[in-house]
Amino acid sequence: MGDKTDVWQGTLTLMVLKTLESMGPLHGYGIARRIEQTSGDLLSLNYGTLYPALLRLEQEGAIASEWGVSDNNRKAKFYSLTRAGRRQLHQETRSWEQTTAIVARFLSTEEQS
Amino acid sequence: MKCIRAWFLRITGIVPSQRRELDFSNELASHLQMHIDDNLRAGMTPEQARREAHIKLGGLEQTKQAHREGRTIPFLETLLQDLRYALRQLHRSPGFTITAVLMLSLGIGASVAIFAFVDAALLKPLPYADPNGLVDVAEHGRSFPRSNLSYLDYEDWKHLNKVFSSLDVYTGGGYLYRTPSGVEPVRAARVSDGFFRTLGVRPLLGRDFYSGEDQPNAPATVLLSYSTWQQRFGGRGDIVGQTISLDEAPTTVIGVLPKDFQFAPRGAAEFWTTTHQRSNCEKRRSCHNLFAVGRLKEGVSVKSALADMTAIAKQLEIQYPGSNRDQGAYIAPLSELIVRDIRPILLTLLAGAGLLLLIACINVASLLLVRSEGRRRELAVRGALGASTSRLVRQFITEGIVLVSAGVLSGLAVGYGAMQILLHLISKDMMANMPYLQELGFNLHVFSFAAIIALSAIVIFSLTPVFRLPAAGLREALNDSDRGSSGTIWRRFGSNLVVLELTIAVILLVAAGLLGKSFYRLLHVDLSFQPDHLAHIQVDIPRASYDKDEKLAIVAKKILDRVTSLPGVTSATTTSVPPVSCNCNTDWIRIVGHPFHGEHNEVNEREVSPNYLKTLQAGLVSGRFFTAQDDSSKPNVIVINKAFAQKYFSGEDPLGKKIGDGDLTPKSIREIVGVVDDIRESELDTEIWPAEYQPSAQSPSAYYSLLVRTTQDEKALLPILSAAVHEVDPGIGVSQAATMNQRIADSQTAYLHRSSAWLVGGFAALALLLGVVGLYGVISYSVSQRTREIGVRMALGAARGSVYRLVLGEAGRLTFIGIVAGILCSIAAATLLRKLLFGTRAWDLPTLVGVALLLALAALLASFIPARRAASINPVEALRAE
Repeated sequence: MGDKTDVWQGTLTLMVLKTLESMGPLHGYGIARRIEQTSGDLLSLNYGTLYPALLRLEQEGAIASEWGVSDNNRKAKFYSLTRAGRRQLHQETRSWEQTTAIVARFLSTEEQS
Repeated sequence: MKCIRAWFLRITGIVPSQRRELDFSNELASHLQMHIDDNLRAGMTPEQARREAHIKLGGLEQTKQAHREGRTIPFLETLLQDLRYALRQLHRSPGFTITAVLMLSLGIGASVAIFAFVDAALLKPLPYADPNGLVDVAEHGRSFPRSNLSYLDYEDWKHLNKVFSSLDVYTGGGYLYRTPSGVEPVRAARVSDGFFRTLGVRPLLGRDFYSGEDQPNAPATVLLSYSTWQQRFGGRGDIVGQTISLDEAPTTVIGVLPKDFQFAPRGAAEFWTTTHQRSNCEKRRSCHNLFAVGRLKEGVSVKSALADMTAIAKQLEIQYPGSNRDQGAYIAPLSELIVRDIRPILLTLLAGAGLLLLIACINVASLLLVRSEGRRRELAVRGALGASTSRLVRQFITEGIVLVSAGVLSGLAVGYGAMQILLHLISKDMMANMPYLQELGFNLHVFSFAAIIALSAIVIFSLTPVFRLPAAGLREALNDSDRGSSGTIWRRFGSNLVVLELTIAVILLVAAGLLGKSFYRLLHVDLSFQPDHLAHIQVDIPRASYDKDEKLAIVAKKILDRVTSLPGVTSATTTSVPPVSCNCNTDWIRIVGHPFHGEHNEVNEREVSPNYLKTLQAGLVSGRFFTAQDDSSKPNVIVINKAFAQKYFSGEDPLGKKIGDGDLTPKSIREIVGVVDDIRESELDTEIWPAEYQPSAQSPSAYYSLLVRTTQDEKALLPILSAAVHEVDPGIGVSQAATMNQRIADSQTAYLHRSSAWLVGGFAALALLLGVVGLYGVISYSVSQRTREIGVRMALGAARGSVYRLVLGEAGRLTFIGIVAGILCSIAAATLLRKLLFGTRAWDLPTLVGVALLLALAALLASFIPARRAASINPVEALRAE
């Protein structure tokens, strides 16, 4: 597990933030489903791992939570992006793009040689 | 920023919260519900929908646990848990806890207190600018490896050397200081002008001595020590520029030295003046009364400085063969001069305290071991319930930390108390010689030392029980009903610990025995005079009113007559240096008619009055002693001691022989008229030197000791004596009133021997106590472990006597090994102690035998109690008990 978890958690945070930005306030289950759908069901997410990530984001002040009522009239805890969260999202998006660009360039040169 | 916020939330999360727990379980419930709803809508059966939702979540409890850990810092949380558990454990066995903490605080307290002394004396740099560049400079004579420097030699050394950026001298001195209520003798120091600049000390008030202020035409000026300024002048700011009277000479106060200024070689000096007024001694090259402090030039080592100065001394030897023959140079770091005497004692004490601490730690460790034996079942159960080994180890470490923290905190308190007590035990005079001890106290060094002790103790105490962790044998431990194998590791390991304890106790006891014996020997050294009923005061005649030798002789006679007429006084005498002082105030002699090649024959020289022998109750060997008739109108006569006769007149009769100075100047020629016993003029622990006694009437002096023999209490005589001298002339200074026995007991030699003997003795007593308690613990634990076995033996017909033999045999074996190992180690340790021993060999047989017997007896007592308990075991009950 070791190293993978870190990378995974990093990307998971980014996905959660992005989901909340595009969907607005959403409960944990909704976020999980949305991530799965967006990934085109390529990602198989263990829903349980989402909650520690949500907790950390909330502790860091990137998101806020509030109890509300879902579309199907169920009581659920809704998470929403704070201003700090929005800033973090932009930052992480940029750095992610940078990383992928570098890796991509690196891989392409590898192939040429 | 966000990190800090997150950590803060997690730390507050340590407090377990029911609300947050409930909140999350609601959230998960709603999560599952929504998932099940979706699954049902997708057409699953209710059972399938539930199952699928749970699988997708990945386990309800795991998720909750992950969330719980995210809410706080898991390590900290379990640490708190461990801490609570540890406190509960310690609270449940108060006997163990109190014993362990008490032993630790004793050991740590003793070590910390002694370390604070070591730190103040040996580790802290001297309080001068760049103290490493400062060196102690002196001459090197044939009889003295470090002898005083003569002023004329100093002037040549100062001009010729290429190794010092500055070289300054100092010497002791005394003045009669005039106060509104009369005159008072005060201690002073005379220094050359640049003395304070060499040390890098600046006056707190006023100015330093100007360059040239130590020249004969300079006006009299004085610097005050801080405490003198405070006590004699009330700390007045306008003191600078005022004039005070020293030896009736108006002297201008030019400044006050800083509060933290100290100079151990002249620690008691209240007034600091320059050498502008040369004493008679300072005008002669052959007279030595100074020491010097030099500041080495950048990059010059002590060794190369010594080489340079030795070359200069050689050159002077050629130039002045009479006075400078064999006079070399001595150079050593200044710190060496200041701590040389106390270093071996402090290091010995530190070693003693360390050994005591070690015993205390071993005792606590074996207590822990015994406890861990009793906790095998508990640990096995915790292990079986899923506690990982690392978690169990952490539990032990936590318990160790709690124990050690309590021990260190109370140890620091004990150490502080011990420091205060030890400081109070140091007399004022001794304190003046050790001014660095004023800085004694808790500081970073001492705390770091305590921290190192604490860390090592924690390591020992957490590792001890870890040894006993049932690693693989979890099941056996569970099954094991405290019988059979349970004691084997203990017996192999725990009992060896007690041997170590006994070994250390023997080492400390032997050291204490040797030091105690040295001290006894020192106090019973042959004085060749009777120190009881003998009172001493120092008399300081004002030269201003007694400027002629005749006047001095008259006042000396007046004082002696007045004092002798006091009730109870049988006789009184004066002497230039009282007995039991030092091999000092020496003279270079040449014997008329003996071959002479310019060598320096060094002998002690004392000017005494005719009643010297009678007052001291010392014996005359041959010839006669002086009488009142031997005065300045008669030819010069001397009396010598036996050592003198043996060294210079072996096989000859010294009576009637004549001696003089190196050139046999007519004025210096004197005739030997008697030989007396080897009266101890020197310190208690040094050899007897040849000595010559001159009649004080033939060389009168203004500063001498008055010794008075009484049939009554000599202590009560002291104030009467001072008053009697003042009746002769209130202008005479009187100081150092003490009985001869007090002087001997307070002499530096006796003082150092006594303090090391007492302190090491104290450590040894504690070590004996702890060692015996340790042995008692081991034996009674072993008996409790073997109750069943002993029961079986007795049921099978073993007599009580054989049970005694069994238990005492075990104790005897351990004690025997401990004593033998201890004796071997202590012989090695005692050779390190050699410097502190006097008249006692490192392998002093009576001490070794005595210690062995003492320890054997104590061990027998300690093991007799458990042996009796074992012998009174009722076999029926012992067998039924399990």
